[in-house]
Amino acid sequence: MNEVKANQTVDAKGLACPMPIVRTKKAMKELEAGQVMEILATDKGSKADLKAWSESTGHQYLGTVEEGEVLKHYVRKASEYEEQPERHHPHVIKNDELTEKIAKGESLQILDVREEAEYAFGHIPGALSVPFGRLQQELNKLNQDEPIYVICRTGNRSDMAAQLLESKEFKAVNVVPGMNSWSGKVEGI
Amino acid sequence: MSFKKMKASELTTMIVNKEPLFILDVRNEADFQDWKVEGHDFNYLNIPYFELLDGVEGIIEQLPKDQVILVVCAKEGSSIMVAEMLSDEGLEVSYLEGGMKAWSEHLEPVKVGELSTGGEMYQFVRMGKGCLSYMVISDGEAAIIDATRMIDVYLDFAKEKKVKITHVFDTHLHADHISGGRDIAAKMDAVYWLPPKDAEEVTFNYAKLEDGSEVKIGETSINIHALYSPGHTIGSTSFVVDERYLLTGDILFIDSIGRPDLAGLADDWVGDLRESLYKRYKQLSSELIVLPAHFMMIDELNDDGSVAGKLGVLFKQNHGLNIEDESEFRKIVTENLPPQPNAYQEIRQTNMGKITPDNDKQREMEIGPNRCAVR
Repeated sequence: MNEVKANQTVDAKGLACPMPIVRTKKAMKELEAGQVMEILATDKGSKADLKAWSESTGHQYLGTVEEGEVLKHYVRKASEYEEQPERHHPHVIKNDELTEKIAKGESLQILDVREEAEYAFGHIPGALSVPFGRLQQELNKLNQDEPIYVICRTGNRSDMAAQLLESKEFKAVNVVPGMNSWSGKVEGI
Repeated sequence: MSFKKMKASELTTMIVNKEPLFILDVRNEADFQDWKVEGHDFNYLNIPYFELLDGVEGIIEQLPKDQVILVVCAKEGSSIMVAEMLSDEGLEVSYLEGGMKAWSEHLEPVKVGELSTGGEMYQFVRMGKGCLSYMVISDGEAAIIDATRMIDVYLDFAKEKKVKITHVFDTHLHADHISGGRDIAAKMDAVYWLPPKDAEEVTFNYAKLEDGSEVKIGETSINIHALYSPGHTIGSTSFVVDERYLLTGDILFIDSIGRPDLAGLADDWVGDLRESLYKRYKQLSSELIVLPAHFMMIDELNDDGSVAGKLGVLFKQNHGLNIEDESEFRKIVTENLPPQPNAYQEIRQTNMGKITPDNDKQREMEIGPNRCAVR
């Protein structure tokens, strides 16, 4: 089974509603924007509530993995830069154009710069996962001769990643709008 | 200020008495939209508890000053938290003990009437889910029809009445709730009856309930006469008890009729449903008192909290019994149906004995309204 990576864990096992959310809310304050929180709970209702709570607070509910009695929920803390739709990288490709290329069977270098937990719950088959925060250190995983299709959730992190890649002599294309509205194939938990 | 707890039975009394109540439901919006406590004169405010963690000041303006306020959540934990916060602000509030979970499981026994030889007919109203089950008592013996999984309620009631449960019936294979029939029969060494056409896949032994089957309860012979009435399921069977009561299962309700799609064969069973309702029932005495297995709206409740009506009156007033045109009828019962009950496939599997979920899981499967009717 895939392990989902998180930056922090809230243990709310054995606690009844409202405690899982109360604990999560408190712990989220210590998390940096963009990071992922793992919440362990045994209260079945925690799934729907965390989802609804995330929506109302602007955090991103990623998904839930069930392990026996324990529900492992993943929530990514909302970050401010995602609220700015301004993009700078000149080379972009639309979701459906990339879908077409994939359908044609072209061998493509797709780079997913979301957090690993986001990737785990659904990504384009064959996409390489390198979270934006680690990109600088892991450039050696990428092929400099082929274009890199960079994708994230809404096109913002991938925009920054594409700029970073261009400055390091890679050919980067930003995929917009991103996984948020991806209708092509996905694989994941 | 302190806050009080309200029991499911007290809430039931308020509903039956048509008392006004203000419900602050702190579950998330989707759950509230799906299913809530219904009353004639109830007002609602739905604010999820997680929006109130930092304080309730923001909603106090929206709460009435002169009405009883009941805070409701899924299991009670969050409603206690919110009730406490509100009482700290000086409001007088109650919370629903056990939350919607307890509400879903509460059964209220109501006496429907006497039987000809001195026996009694009781209806168990499951207010939160709209399920109705029955106990026929006669001469020291009892029969139970369409029991819920809260079997202790029936067993305790029988003990209190000093009667022995000898026969247990299900009018059909239920899709909206888990039957307690098999467990009661096993515990009390009673006979468990099921219509064989609904029981083709069951994994246990049962007595075959067929058209014309007669069962006596007590020496003074209260007859339970089975009447094959397919349509909601292929096996659906009604009962005439003591030539006085017609137990219709999920075929006919007070102001609605059964839906034919829950076993996946709506189109095939529409004809059966129409035949049962418009022909077979037509031949019965209009004086029979219809006792259904469900109600859909609280408007179907009588003033004493029971759900019952004369067959003759239903033929005049029930929407589902007054659709002259056959194709119109077909359209109503197969198109634009309400969503299917929560986990109905798993519930059917459980009632067939194919799966045996634990108590928590069973409770979770039954969450929500019953949705067996169309109107």
